[in-house]
Amino acid sequence: MAATAISEATQYLTFKLEDEIFALDISKVREVLEFSSVTKVPRTPEFMRGVINLRGSVVPVVDLRLKFGMTRTEKTVNTCVIIVEVSFENESIVLGALADSVQEVIELEPEKIEPAPSIGMQLRTDFIKGMGKRDEEFIIILDIDKIFTADELAFAHEATQAAA
Amino acid sequence: MNDENDGLDAGREAFKEEAAELLADLETSLLELEEHPTDEDLIGRVFRAMHTVKGSGAMFGFDDIAEFTHEVETAFDLVRMGKLAVSKELTNLTLRARDQIRTMIEASEGKATVDHAASKEIIDALLLLTRGESEQFEAEREVEEEMAFAAETGEAPKHATKEKNLSVTYRIRLKPHAELFITGTNPVLLLNELRQMGKCLVIAQTDGIARLEEFNPESCATYWDIILTTTQSVNAIKDVFIFVDDMCDLHIEIVDEEGEYDEAEGHMRLGEILMARGDVKITELKKVLGAQKKVGEILIDAGIVDESHVKSALAEQQHIKEIREQRQKADSTASIRVPSERLDKLVDLVGELVTVQARLSQTAAESDDGVITSIAEEVERLTWELRDGTMSIRMLPIGTTFSKFKRLVRDLSIDLGKEIQMTTDGAETELDKTVIEKLNDPLVHIIRNSIDHGIERPDVRESAGKPKMGTVHLSAGHSGASVLIKIEDDGAGLDKERILKKAIDNGIVSPDAELSEKEIFALIFEPGFSTAQTVTNVSGRGVGMDVVKKNIDALRGVVDIKSKKGTGTTITLRLPLTLAIIDGLLVKIAGEIFVIPLSVVEECVELTKQDIERTHGRHVSNVRGALIPYIRLREHFDIDAEEPEMEQIVITEVEDKKVGFVVDYVIGEHQTVIKTLGRIFKAIEGISGATILGDGTVALILDIPRLVQTVERHDAVAVDMAV
Repeated sequence: MAATAISEATQYLTFKLEDEIFALDISKVREVLEFSSVTKVPRTPEFMRGVINLRGSVVPVVDLRLKFGMTRTEKTVNTCVIIVEVSFENESIVLGALADSVQEVIELEPEKIEPAPSIGMQLRTDFIKGMGKRDEEFIIILDIDKIFTADELAFAHEATQAAA
Repeated sequence: MNDENDGLDAGREAFKEEAAELLADLETSLLELEEHPTDEDLIGRVFRAMHTVKGSGAMFGFDDIAEFTHEVETAFDLVRMGKLAVSKELTNLTLRARDQIRTMIEASEGKATVDHAASKEIIDALLLLTRGESEQFEAEREVEEEMAFAAETGEAPKHATKEKNLSVTYRIRLKPHAELFITGTNPVLLLNELRQMGKCLVIAQTDGIARLEEFNPESCATYWDIILTTTQSVNAIKDVFIFVDDMCDLHIEIVDEEGEYDEAEGHMRLGEILMARGDVKITELKKVLGAQKKVGEILIDAGIVDESHVKSALAEQQHIKEIREQRQKADSTASIRVPSERLDKLVDLVGELVTVQARLSQTAAESDDGVITSIAEEVERLTWELRDGTMSIRMLPIGTTFSKFKRLVRDLSIDLGKEIQMTTDGAETELDKTVIEKLNDPLVHIIRNSIDHGIERPDVRESAGKPKMGTVHLSAGHSGASVLIKIEDDGAGLDKERILKKAIDNGIVSPDAELSEKEIFALIFEPGFSTAQTVTNVSGRGVGMDVVKKNIDALRGVVDIKSKKGTGTTITLRLPLTLAIIDGLLVKIAGEIFVIPLSVVEECVELTKQDIERTHGRHVSNVRGALIPYIRLREHFDIDAEEPEMEQIVITEVEDKKVGFVVDYVIGEHQTVIKTLGRIFKAIEGISGATILGDGTVALILDIPRLVQTVERHDAVAVDMAV
């Protein structure tokens, strides 16, 4: 499935979560911001870090580390918010994703990308578009639309039901 | 090829938009016409609307619409020419035709299907009406003509009238020669013809008539001053007199022209008019101008002109004044069309600017730099002006919505066999465009309810000693930062006992509940509630009034009902002026800042640890003897941080219920630009949006009514489980 999706050389933005390198299709990325303050929205799950002010718009910020079962992102000088555009219920919405540090923009040929193995990843494989290889390193290419599907973001309903 | 198609599509879109507007205007005009069947302006408006729909419809390929509209237009052409009188039947049919045209437009988008039989029926009925009436009219006319055996100078040109021609005011003096009658000409017919051309004023001058003993009834001694405002050319006027050309002196002068901007000079003085007409010489005028009396009176006193000349000149002055006023009014309401998205974008930008400006002011205040501070102040002033200006662009008068309801009332009352009139006031009250749009549904439901359940049948009303005709009064007005919309009816009023009984039957309230009058009335907004004994197709299915409540809540408005059995019901909607910016109260809880809409805040009081101990941990406080429950936001929002020694309670009032909200600290007021939180957070209860503070951080806006509801529900469950 992943192999068919990637058929020509594409540019990716790479970033680190803990010590691993992840990548996002550059066409999904709008910009990268410094992580300053975030306002927590009450009664939302832990991975929803809150909302930030993006030049006058209120944009939700997601902690990818928490989402992927790692520990909570701590604020350092390198912490960034990657602003991405996600299609959500057939509408494009803007989200921020926290990254420990943003690395660089790279170009990967399709033949350098392999589908994610179905075991041993410790990460839901449907979140992964493929595994890129560069030098001796693996880069996990994320499928950002899958990470933020309606089901994944339906926490709000769960949260209110849990409260009731 | 493709471009062409695009152009055509854009044209079709434009046509649909234009048609929607024209049809709305048509409806209003028709309803007004029903009340003033002889108003030529209204007839003209109806005709023009039809004509434009037909013309642009044909242009963009809506041939069926053009064809159908043509028939209706024809009928109004007859009306316009005075060959057909406006009757209830005609307006009824035209209203139906209007609806049919709308359906046809919708059908072109695939939203509806056209009932061709209905189209045919309407046209046939119209044809019958026009044929019957105009024949009769024609017959009368023929008799008249025979008696006068005057040569008609041709029809008042109908399609020659260019819709957008500028109107010109002419001064015409028609002075027939004495032998005019001998040829059998009836000058009255000529004058009537002029009257059809536009707004026309005729003054007969009788100073030439001899005394009775010398009077010769066969010679014409009267002459006429005519002031005519028309869009037709001077030749068209001359055409009227074409057959009497050699039997009278005809002077036609332009006295006022549209597009000729001489408003600054004002209108001509009376003396000037008389002079221009040659009735007074300048020397005579100067002689009498020294006196203090009005020129007209002086001239009459001096015996220079007789009263009728002065009257005629005065009439001209008045006429031109009116025409100019009308035109100025039309000029000042001239407008441009802008897609609403662009406006929304502008409002967004201004919202951002307000936020940035707040940051600038804060930074400037901290910097201690006089230059920066003065610049920041300047920017602040400009920003507020810009904000107010932008908000006002979005403001629309509510009148258009009101006129829509006139139709609703009219149609419903006919359906239900009731006699109901709708009166309105405050139609010029301005409201945010979005508010007006969202207000439509609730108002429809309230008015339907008033008509269906409120106002009684005519016989019932009579026996109750009320006028047969029921009244629904719709009014709007400003009250501080909100707009009040009132829907009053003089119907039967709400029946408290019946509402209560029904609510108990439906299990909405428990039988032993003690409810105040206000609480009982509020029950009609509960979902699934209807007191109508029988379900009509108008209302009674129990859907509707809960929609009212929901929509008004969504607009952050409040509904209030007052009713007296037997005399009527008044429903008041209180709405915020705008949805984009509110006054908020900033509060702090453990480092997080929240905004509480100032409109619901009553007061702020302190809450000490001792106060909490005194109430044994129950969440109630004693404010000057009144018991007020409170919600600890810290607990509700699961904020885990040590609370300060002394907290503060912000007491709010929603729907007559006072509830306190415990916060750490009240910061102060804040002009809050509302930002939506987006779809992801739409299900979060208790947060209605967010705003951006002066330092660029985001603060959440609390949805106080929803918070109260959530906590109430939550507590009820908790208590039930404890029991």
